[in-house]
Amino acid sequence: MAILVTAEHDNSTLKGATLNAVTAATQMGGDVHLLVAGSNCGAVAEAGASVAGISKVLVADNAAYEHQLAENLSKLVAEVAEGYSHVVAPATTTGKNFLPRVAALLDVAQISDITAVESGNTFQRPIYAGNAIATVESLDAVKVITVRGTAFDAATAEGGSASVEAIDAVHDAGISSFVGEEMAKSDRPELTAANVIISGGRGMGSGENFSMLEKIADKLGAAVGASRAAVDAGFVPNDMQVGQTGKIVAPELYIAVGISGAIQHLAGMKDSKIIVAINKDEEAPIFSVADYGLVADLFDAVPEIEKNL
Amino acid sequence: MKIIVSVKRVIDYNVKVRVKSDNTDVDLANVKMALNPFCEIAVEEAVRLKEAGSADEVVVVSIGPKVCQEQIRTALALGADRGIHIETDEMPESLGVAKLLAKVIEEEQPSLVIMGKQAIDSDNNQTGQMLAALTDMPQGTFASEVKIDGDKVNVTREVDGGLQTIALNMPAIVTTDLRLNEPRYASLPNIMKAKRKPLDVKSPADLDVELKAHTKLLKVTPPAERQAGIKVASVDELVEKLKNEAKVI
Repeated sequence: MAILVTAEHDNSTLKGATLNAVTAATQMGGDVHLLVAGSNCGAVAEAGASVAGISKVLVADNAAYEHQLAENLSKLVAEVAEGYSHVVAPATTTGKNFLPRVAALLDVAQISDITAVESGNTFQRPIYAGNAIATVESLDAVKVITVRGTAFDAATAEGGSASVEAIDAVHDAGISSFVGEEMAKSDRPELTAANVIISGGRGMGSGENFSMLEKIADKLGAAVGASRAAVDAGFVPNDMQVGQTGKIVAPELYIAVGISGAIQHLAGMKDSKIIVAINKDEEAPIFSVADYGLVADLFDAVPEIEKNL
Repeated sequence: MKIIVSVKRVIDYNVKVRVKSDNTDVDLANVKMALNPFCEIAVEEAVRLKEAGSADEVVVVSIGPKVCQEQIRTALALGADRGIHIETDEMPESLGVAKLLAKVIEEEQPSLVIMGKQAIDSDNNQTGQMLAALTDMPQGTFASEVKIDGDKVNVTREVDGGLQTIALNMPAIVTTDLRLNEPRYASLPNIMKAKRKPLDVKSPADLDVELKAHTKLLKVTPPAERQAGIKVASVDELVEKLKNEAKVI
């Protein structure tokens, strides 16, 4: 039996989250095939064919799949899934959107956001905002799974030589359409792909004060994040939110500035390699997970750090 | 137009959950329970659509043991018109929940279904999508804005890296994200009024749904604990440690 992984892409480039999902898939045992569904997405299929560990790339190239609309994509994936033991997608907003729909069409469960593969049918996943880890066995013939990218290393993007096969099936449900999108424009890396992240919390006091963090981010090549408290206070938009209800991140270095460390924030960043906390309240829970804690007023400490870099 | 909102009774989001010592599950004995925060946003959105004149009835559905009628009453106090309780002793899996809700939709014929994007206990983020598949309806997940436009609904979605807007033919399913709205507090008179609003109780058998286990929970363990590190005295020391000890900058 083979494993089908769906590619995360924007019709021109293969996104990194796919590589983490491929690694998880190889641990499930079986040949790994990659499904690229998109429009004019030949370059993505080519990139997929050179990923180490993938033996076959299936390409469904049609306008119906251009914007990854769940109504169309789920019908395609459910059809292609026949004969596969596992259907795996990265737990990105795209994967989370269409894959449960595939599971329901196949009349099977979806095991969401796995963080470890114990065997071909047993997986670990966080529940209760990461405050508990469930070990779950699938009883279904086809296992439908989303993969938390930060829990698996990325497969090597080079060295593979998979065959590429076109799929002609077109599923256009005709009940939904793409209107537009507004993507945040930034020269900084995306939160989920950054090696260094500097995040601000309620202690930042205002959205303008986040410019202090941006200066450091520019020097370190870092992404800028925020706690839910900072988002709820209206300082910054929600797409900057790190936490259970925002982005789950695990960079090499995470710097938490003016963040108290609510459970829901810790759930989103506690797997970071090195955590630095800067807070004037020495009792703040963030210090209990920080490798390096600095009890200081952030308005003094942050500009000083910038000068020291 | 009729809106159906489904709600789930979960652990209060302020409570820190603990794993049972025998690792069979988390310990929910004597723990404060509440309406799932994303479901609360769903109720609020439906009530706002009714207040704006876009909807004329909001029906709230919950599945679980008898106590989850408390959460239906909460939703009624927030402005929903009537409740449906599907009584089960054990909480069904997401696919089972979706099958039960699909039957309710078949009976009620709503134009819009609004539900939370995920429950903060199981963190699955899948029931809305599964329900959409079973009913063959379009879905607008992780919504930060919902606009009714004739026989369509425009949904702005929180996606990685920004926002995406899609148009869905109604009937449609919307799942809520945090920024969609800020739920109101129920006033005391509305809490009193909610007690007299109609609440129907049904069983899975009434709806002709057979619930099946698709997964088996083998164990639940606490996450790996992270050890607290050291406190540094100054910015200089911090930068020095990051450069020479941790070697991350």
